[in-house]
Amino acid sequence: MVINSRFFNRSELMGFLVLAAVLFVILPLSLDVFRLNLVAKYLTYAFVALGLVLCWGYGGILSLGQGVFFGLGGYCMAMFLKLEASSVENTKIQSTPGIPDFMDWNQITSLPLFWQPFHSLTFTILAIILVPGIFALIIGTAMFKRRVGGTYFAIITQAVAAILTILIVGQQGYTGGINGMTDLRTLKGWDIRPDHAKVILYFVEVVLLFACIGIAQFIRLTKLGRILVAMREQEDRVRFSGYSVANFKIFAFCMAAVFAAIGGAMFALNVGFMSPSFVGIVPSIEMVIYTAVGGRMSIFGAIWGAILVNFAKTSLSESFPQLWLFGLGALFIAVVLAFPNGLSGLWADYVQPRIDRLFASRKKPGWSDNSVADGAPAE
Amino acid sequence: MSDEANKGLLSPLRRKLLMGMAAVPAITMLPRASFAQAPATSAVNTTGLAVTDTEVTVGILHSATGTMAISETGSIEAEKLAIEQINAMGGVLGRKIKFIQEDGASDWPTFAEKAKKLLVNDKVAAIMGCWTSASRKAVLPVMEQYNGMLYYPTFYEGLEQSKNVIYTGQEATQQILAGLNWIAKEKGAKSFFFIGSDYIWPRTSNKIARKHVENVLKGKVVGEEYYPLGNTQFNSVINKIKLTKPDVIFTDVVGGSNVAFYKQLKAAGIDLSKQALLTISVTEDEIDGIGGENIAGAYACMKYFQSLDNPNNKSFVPAFKKMWGEKTVIGDVTQAAYLGPWLWKLTVEKAGSFDIDKIAAASPGIEFKGAPEGYVRIHENHHLWSKTRVGRAKLDGQFELIYETADLVEPDPFPKGYQ
Repeated sequence: MVINSRFFNRSELMGFLVLAAVLFVILPLSLDVFRLNLVAKYLTYAFVALGLVLCWGYGGILSLGQGVFFGLGGYCMAMFLKLEASSVENTKIQSTPGIPDFMDWNQITSLPLFWQPFHSLTFTILAIILVPGIFALIIGTAMFKRRVGGTYFAIITQAVAAILTILIVGQQGYTGGINGMTDLRTLKGWDIRPDHAKVILYFVEVVLLFACIGIAQFIRLTKLGRILVAMREQEDRVRFSGYSVANFKIFAFCMAAVFAAIGGAMFALNVGFMSPSFVGIVPSIEMVIYTAVGGRMSIFGAIWGAILVNFAKTSLSESFPQLWLFGLGALFIAVVLAFPNGLSGLWADYVQPRIDRLFASRKKPGWSDNSVADGAPAE
Repeated sequence: MSDEANKGLLSPLRRKLLMGMAAVPAITMLPRASFAQAPATSAVNTTGLAVTDTEVTVGILHSATGTMAISETGSIEAEKLAIEQINAMGGVLGRKIKFIQEDGASDWPTFAEKAKKLLVNDKVAAIMGCWTSASRKAVLPVMEQYNGMLYYPTFYEGLEQSKNVIYTGQEATQQILAGLNWIAKEKGAKSFFFIGSDYIWPRTSNKIARKHVENVLKGKVVGEEYYPLGNTQFNSVINKIKLTKPDVIFTDVVGGSNVAFYKQLKAAGIDLSKQALLTISVTEDEIDGIGGENIAGAYACMKYFQSLDNPNNKSFVPAFKKMWGEKTVIGDVTQAAYLGPWLWKLTVEKAGSFDIDKIAAASPGIEFKGAPEGYVRIHENHHLWSKTRVGRAKLDGQFELIYETADLVEPDPFPKGYQ
């Protein structure tokens, strides 16, 4: 508990416990497997939102291309799973058995070279982290070293998202094109489709999510996190103080990319599917919206944002198949207009003070650690 | 499992017995008769589908929002019309059809999610749905895993066959070959230029068309070009067409791109009454957007046109317009979507059961004589035997029937020599 009290302040600790209770206990006990699997899908976006909190909320770097990294991670995972699903006996109906079905439809007769390493799970896991990480490093270095930032950076990330989508759609013999990679079946011989596998995958994902929360929180509490925030507020002062602003920005951007990629890989596993519709501009902007709705300054807020927005998407579309998009749009506008800091801002402004008062009235007055600056150790 | 199987074997017999027993009192006691027509739920539904004594639930899964909504709306409307007509006739095995509509939102993973929801949560007895190949590919593993039954309406590329899908549209060879034969014979066409949207259906269709042109018709393909979905700039390909002067332009450009393509073709001075153009992707629905004056004279090759002159179609078109408005047009896929609920009803009645396995087994050989396109029959490979027709686009946006195959064309999703 000593570590916790240093690692999280009281309200964060509460946020942590509530989220842990909901994800580990309440949802698995109260939902059937189908709905639980949907929550697993929503949580894959929570990884992206978590990355955006670091990079946008703290670092002030708005990326409108997180779908790129989500997609890269997802495609790496999907390539491994697709190769395993395309064994010779599963694909004997094809003209060339043993290669993924979409290659066969596109008259490709042997497995392309860049697909070969994805026979190995170890390579795949490394690729999920490294491919998006290195890609972000290249973009980040190219941009931030030249002091391209703000709106221009956002536009460029968006262009990257568009380019990658066109590339994937255009090279359908190698990527599955607009159909994406479907019918993913097993992971090292373990069937990922039945109900019990979905439950296990859900828990693996939640554990990974909490690991990522831990990393994000750790970064936030170190000097690094402080510099990120300082950079957001007054970039020049940080630069004049002798810090290399570009390097810190690159770091934040790469972390966000890696988180998004982990989300993408979990998506491929949970949904059994990967398609270019998660890579493009629209999904990338949606990811920013989840974060904005939840609150970009708050790790837990952003995660709740991803869960709740996607939940709203599902339930609205089930109830009003023709009109749901309008409802969702209205919800976004309302939240962002009325609560610029998102749901977490709402919580901090209205709910948290009441809880504090409740505690304060029970304890001796003056005990509250709420006044301690955000992120500071509680002593 | 074996218990269920036994019950399954008994159920047609039990149904006959029930009906037989009912027949005698039915003469004197009419109310009992209608009750006896509906066999017990436990007998017709052994796998826990959403079937009650009075109702059976099916799913409708199309894009009501997003870029595909414009195409898929017709399918939704046709399926609802069919369901209403079936209900008016007394339903299926004495049960009214209730439907749950879900929105695929033009997003393939959403299709998969909603299909799963319909099968797992709602336990629907069948799903009428999907439109693009991508959405079907996304839904297919779900249908197979949870053992559902999908009635898929769109003409598509073939190379697929599933116990859990009935393909009510034509597969590529069925649609294309007759049209190519006709145009080669009628126009003496030897050189062809292919233009398509860049995804699996046009690519596979063109692959089949190329093999047919080169190997069977002994002609030549002088160009083959693909454009991304939604592309609106066709000037460069139109220039190439002008240079190569093909006998036939063969197109499978889909969706909104068609509007730009035909307008630019016209603007470039290519007169479709002189230059033969055969499309396999433009139905009355697309002409609504393209404008009849831009495409008049082009040939389309598919299995249904709204203008077909047969008794079934003469009652279908007014019924559709009565339900959905005078201005609606009915394209090939809309008609194919209309077949879905009917084929399902006929299959269920033949099987005497709603069980998916029994429907899958009973499907081959099911005949539907009331189809607006004429007579159709389900093949062993779960596709439909159907005629292929060529129509010429008129100024008013309708097609005039020019040619139809004498016999039903056999569906061949894995065509030998065309892969």
